[in-house]
Amino acid sequence: MKIITPPLTDRVLEELRVGDRVLINGKIYTARDAAHKRFVEAINKGEKLPLDLSGQIIYYVGPTPAKPGMVIGSAGPTTSIRMDSYMEPLLKAGLKGTIGKGYRSWNVVELLKKYRAVYFIATGGVGALISKKIKNAKIVAYEDLGPEAVMELEVEKFPVIVANDIYGGDIFEEGVRKYRRIELPFKIERLSEV
Amino acid sequence: MKIVHVKDVEEAVRKLAIDVNYYIGDKLKEYYRRALEEEVSEIGREIISQIIENAELAAREQLPVCQDTGVSIVYIQMGQEVKIEGGNLYDAINRGVARGYKEGYLRKSLVRDPLFNRVNTGDNTPAMIHVEIVSGDVFKITFMAKGTGAENMSRLAMLTPAAGLKGVKEFVLKTVAEAGPNPCPPIVVGVGVGGTFDVVGWLAKKALMRPMGSRNPDPNYAKLELELLEEINMLGVGPQGLGGRVTALDVRIENAPCHIGALPVAVNLDCHAHRVKTIEL
Repeated sequence: MKIITPPLTDRVLEELRVGDRVLINGKIYTARDAAHKRFVEAINKGEKLPLDLSGQIIYYVGPTPAKPGMVIGSAGPTTSIRMDSYMEPLLKAGLKGTIGKGYRSWNVVELLKKYRAVYFIATGGVGALISKKIKNAKIVAYEDLGPEAVMELEVEKFPVIVANDIYGGDIFEEGVRKYRRIELPFKIERLSEV
Repeated sequence: MKIVHVKDVEEAVRKLAIDVNYYIGDKLKEYYRRALEEEVSEIGREIISQIIENAELAAREQLPVCQDTGVSIVYIQMGQEVKIEGGNLYDAINRGVARGYKEGYLRKSLVRDPLFNRVNTGDNTPAMIHVEIVSGDVFKITFMAKGTGAENMSRLAMLTPAAGLKGVKEFVLKTVAEAGPNPCPPIVVGVGVGGTFDVVGWLAKKALMRPMGSRNPDPNYAKLELELLEEINMLGVGPQGLGGRVTALDVRIENAPCHIGALPVAVNLDCHAHRVKTIEL
């Protein structure tokens, strides 16, 4: 089990391989559909982003509201492919890791190779369990977006798996091939980004 | 004549919204345990164990099982001998949803308009409401919290009659195979066959809202449900799409008559956090 703390350096990224179990400590940032749209609009207008993405990890999540006395509500990953069309500008801005669930488009798999960044997956649909790994949470941008606001999360032993590494590997292709026991009369195509 | 007061509908919907999001049903938990026995992939087994542990934790601490507490699907089966009193039924359902999502600390996940005003409505309304008039004086409310991860991977096709059974099966398998990890497998698969373009999607949703393991009353469809389940589980998608034996927990089909020139089919997927509950007033 590898333990990493952002900001991620090239040396750390080079050691991460598809299938690796990783624990994340330290600070990560939440963003999903609406926040990504704003990030990219800001970049396109030449404006400064509300946070420095260099070496950072974005977690695709929109948590439930925290109950009184709790840091955060349930907080599992959302489907990553919806963020794919926003990836390149963020990678250019220095983003080095993303956490979500589901596959990336083949284009993003290529972009991760090109910009030397990693895509991690967390288990989808176990948001209550994952919330226990989050020790602190505060909104740092776009508060008006409600559950889609950008938060800084302080995480401890946050469990993820490397799904796409900087070498172009893909955990889903490899895993499914191993267990398929049926001949299909059609080609299986992965969704592409919009 | 039976009188149903909207206040009781509002209260029932409020409670259902909270209950489905905190408590995984006993029947579904049985399917989790069975999946754990059947899965051979090590990572797959680990994920199913997390799903079981998460369900226990959520119930114990009264937390939503998943952060995507979904769009609220409310399906009312109302006997024609029932009279609604006290106000508008649809408004009462939406008040129940708003209260449930606020009081239960559930996520509000709806925007006002898909294209021109993507602003959160702030209370998870409006619910997607379906009312069906049935015989007698029954008043049943089925509530489903539907996450979008699985909803987005659902598909509909207007096949031709020549495509037949083979075409329908292929479409279901292709939908599940291409959805891969995105709908949070192990999934529940709802299939609609027949009707028209508008009807077939609703049939698929209704299939999802049936109890886990319930078979279509027509033996041909009941057999097809089990066949599809077996074939889906040979696709190799596995828990979270990482490869494995258990891709789906159940497949349910709803069928309806259709035009001589048509063969509509819809596949509505739901995640392992399959949150549906029915109560009767």
